[in-house]
Amino acid sequence: MLKPKALILRTAGTNCDAETDAAFQLAGAETALIHIQNLISDKVDLTDYQILAIPGGFSYGDDISAGILLAVEMKHKLADALNKFVADGKLILGICNGFQVLVRTGLLPGINLPGSDTPEMTQQTTLAMNTSAKFECRWVGLETEESTCVFTEGIKDNIYLPVAHAEGRFTAPPGVLEELESNKQVVLRYAKSEYPHNPNGSDADIAGICDTTGRIFGLMPHPERFLMKWNHPRWTRLTKTTGNNSEEGDGLAIFKNAVNYIKSHGK
Amino acid sequence: MSSTVQEIEILNADDTELMRISREGTLSLNLNEMQAIQTHFKGLGRNPTDVEIETLAQTWSEHCVHKTFKSVILYSEDGKEPERIDGLFPTFIQRATEEIAKPWCVSVFSDNAGIIEFDDTYNLVFKVETHNHPSAIEPYGGAGTGIGGVIRDSLGTGLGAKPILNTDVFCFGMPDTPYPQLPKGTLHPKRVFKGVVAGVRDYGNRMGIPTANGAILFDTRYTANPLVFCGNVGLIPRNRCEKSVEPGDLVVAIGGQTGRDGIHGATFSSAELDDTSENLGSVVQIGNPIMEKKIVDALLQARDRNLYRSITDCGAGGFSSAVGEMGEHVGAEVHLERVSLKYEGLAPWEIWLSEAQERMVIAVPPENLDELIEICEAEVVEATVLGTFTDTHRLQVFYEGKVAADLEMEFLHNGLPQPVKQAVWHPPQHPEMASRDKETEDYTDDLCQLLASPNIASKESVIRQYDHGVQGGMVINPLVGSENDGPSDACVVTPVIGSRKGVVIANGINPKYSDVDPYNSAAAAIDEALRNIIAVGGNLEKTALLDNFCWGNPDKSDRLGELVRAARACYDIATAYGTPFISGKDSLYNEYSDTTTGEQRAIPATLLISAICVMPDIQRAVTMDVKTPGNYIYVVGNTYPELGGSHYFGIHGFIGNNAPIVRPDEGKLTMEKLSTAISNGLVRSCHDCSEGGIGVAAAEMAFAGGYGMALNLRNIPTGDKITADDMLLFSESNSRFLVEIEPEHQQAYETHMAGVPTGCLGTVTDTPDFVINGTTGNSIISTAIDTLKSAWQAPLQW
Repeated sequence: MLKPKALILRTAGTNCDAETDAAFQLAGAETALIHIQNLISDKVDLTDYQILAIPGGFSYGDDISAGILLAVEMKHKLADALNKFVADGKLILGICNGFQVLVRTGLLPGINLPGSDTPEMTQQTTLAMNTSAKFECRWVGLETEESTCVFTEGIKDNIYLPVAHAEGRFTAPPGVLEELESNKQVVLRYAKSEYPHNPNGSDADIAGICDTTGRIFGLMPHPERFLMKWNHPRWTRLTKTTGNNSEEGDGLAIFKNAVNYIKSHGK
Repeated sequence: MSSTVQEIEILNADDTELMRISREGTLSLNLNEMQAIQTHFKGLGRNPTDVEIETLAQTWSEHCVHKTFKSVILYSEDGKEPERIDGLFPTFIQRATEEIAKPWCVSVFSDNAGIIEFDDTYNLVFKVETHNHPSAIEPYGGAGTGIGGVIRDSLGTGLGAKPILNTDVFCFGMPDTPYPQLPKGTLHPKRVFKGVVAGVRDYGNRMGIPTANGAILFDTRYTANPLVFCGNVGLIPRNRCEKSVEPGDLVVAIGGQTGRDGIHGATFSSAELDDTSENLGSVVQIGNPIMEKKIVDALLQARDRNLYRSITDCGAGGFSSAVGEMGEHVGAEVHLERVSLKYEGLAPWEIWLSEAQERMVIAVPPENLDELIEICEAEVVEATVLGTFTDTHRLQVFYEGKVAADLEMEFLHNGLPQPVKQAVWHPPQHPEMASRDKETEDYTDDLCQLLASPNIASKESVIRQYDHGVQGGMVINPLVGSENDGPSDACVVTPVIGSRKGVVIANGINPKYSDVDPYNSAAAAIDEALRNIIAVGGNLEKTALLDNFCWGNPDKSDRLGELVRAARACYDIATAYGTPFISGKDSLYNEYSDTTTGEQRAIPATLLISAICVMPDIQRAVTMDVKTPGNYIYVVGNTYPELGGSHYFGIHGFIGNNAPIVRPDEGKLTMEKLSTAISNGLVRSCHDCSEGGIGVAAAEMAFAGGYGMALNLRNIPTGDKITADDMLLFSESNSRFLVEIEPEHQQAYETHMAGVPTGCLGTVTDTPDFVINGTTGNSIISTAIDTLKSAWQAPLQW
């Protein structure tokens, strides 16, 4: 069958696009780096793709708060295309700044509003300034939760990925948090609660969540930075002792899952 | 401020009047240069315009033309007969590269950055710049635009390289300086430190470029004059490394709008600072990293479609410098009223000279203009046609139809009078410190003090604020070890994801040795940069160097004498190691004067050597943290009695006179053999011995790996007989390493290293005890690795 097609969305300040592109290619997708202007002007048609990835970076400088301008642009200029994309059963992945964007559009967590049967693209949670009040670049241990998320199906219980952000503290009103837990929408948690293991002070150590369908996934850590085993910060200590000869890093499985899901569901 | 072109009356000016014009206009031109301009315009029978005189001042500034490094120097050493040096740059730097003649050097000293080969598809570019004066006045903006500027150097090299890595080296005053001791009009070192780090962080992180190598040094003489070195490595397709300009090509500006920011940066940085410099706010630019990111995004697409023939960045001197340089061999015609402005009211010369950030100039064949504009519109970047490259060999600038400047390129680029400069060198004599072996039986406190001295102490609080993993190619992080917090010697990245071919970046800098002899300091900086490359698994064979000199006022003969010493060392050591210089920069006049007291302060003579190495297979890389109890710790290379300028002398208030010297015959063999031992898999971990010598290196390896060590000093190979334990522990002799060897590789290691002095000091232990016995067999250091680690981590955690 044809390779699944992944659209890597770009705008001013996107800066993890090349490695996200590489990740999807290694996972077996056909990829295209597309500036949002080309979607808005209809030069590129979102329906030609099965996976939409919003990479990390500082979209429009993140000067107001992280991801908000790109989220507003998507909500107001691409709402129909996005709603159709989701309704067609396709996949959306937001990494770091992309997660911030998905949260601010309301695509995540996408739970139905009280008294309504749709989420209506309304922001319900946020990613606030880290409790350390500064940018943090470090590797963190993550626990994979049992969830509906198609991106993490079958991956290891414990994975190791880097974070690099100043605004990553996931927080939500108590009712929303409860619903996330009961819907099994919490996908990744920081393995320990104390700083710096939970690098930003997130509620319930939440590092990544999915929507109610499991097909929209956002996370603060960067799986695209751990595609090869030698990206691990301690690979020179590990190779000798573990005898693990796989060249694959923990992050690649997330992209492979997305590609395989599309292949098996023929979207 | 008038928004028309003004005539500057110089035809009838006397010398006093000429110097008044230079001083009051912040032109930084000396009398000889003003007279040369006067003579030229007398020949033309007219006065220059303000645009013309500003263009000349900028083009002839130390910052842009590096006159000190090109001028004839009469150098007298210790009262001897003067020796004539026909330019430091051609004599010591360029000649070294020519004699080394590496076939993989693609472009050296001619473009905005040096270019070397990487793989079958790509080359690498590397450049390091300084942004010292701006960072002294406005640390955040100064440092941010420093990194922004050097990124544009990569983007302006060949037809444009993709920036892949940043390096940053800072020199600040002591962080505990009492406020009353601050020189008048200067900021506190801690304030400068925090501002500079934040500036680099916010610019580098937003650009999406990993900041993965650097250093931070402290010395009280940097208080009024901090140093901010910013470097960038770029990746460029092999067939995009050459540029040309053809008459008829359009002069196109890409990127940000032009405002009154950064006026006179080039000339300001070519003079000393004083206690009123803080009032010169407009010389510091304002950075906008997202604008620069958009320019990169747009230009790399245009590059790949071959839409332009040449490119350069608007750095110091703005359009004046960019267009003047690009049009040097053809000519150019520019219309200033077409420039896109941030606001109205700029005088024509301000538009021309503005150093507003995030602007590039490209030479576009007219038939490609529409396609270029289409790309720029898609990326929401402004592109403005300012004029045309011509065949007149003149730089012609117009404003609203009137001539604003009409200069011959020949006079602009070659009219600068070449002065003869005087340089002297008298070796200083400092009090010596005797061994403390008779006073103390225990050096644990000394070791802790060394680990806590700010130059050696952990920089983790800074490193974690930089995104060092973006672009997905990190192989050896700046922080390594069992808890990801030990000090790596260098960083290794794979610019092409999935490829095993790596780039190693390291640096060497040791201004303390300059207090003894800048020759030793420069030699040690090269040796240290190369040691750091070797220590992670790199090689000498494919390593290139950059030189960045930061010096005091070179018009003073003693400062220039120090510069001659350092430049000579660059030639001697680089040729001996076979590692060519591919680019470099100098920042002179790093000197502060108090206009009321007349007090003068120069920085220590400071040479930063940056090294770049291409590593064939990154799976051969090693880190500095010890891995397994039971493994042996060896020292590689001879230790000499060399504590002059050392940190050990420093913590006891001495400088001394025996600064470490480089013995390249020994050093080269050591590095070559060790490099192959590492790539043959014989070495489990490796750390270079630098500040604090064997003692500090061993401690860092131990606590980074989370294991203890049991060592003794008896088997340290020495060049001259050494009996003092403190000398063995803390001497900073060059070309030395500590390595961890597994028992099963011990024999193969020793056989392989034949001919290189190496001795087994002891073993890695599975207890947390760090124990060293002295030459008499008694314990001289005994402590826990956590104690050492805390001493090392505590000082700069703010």
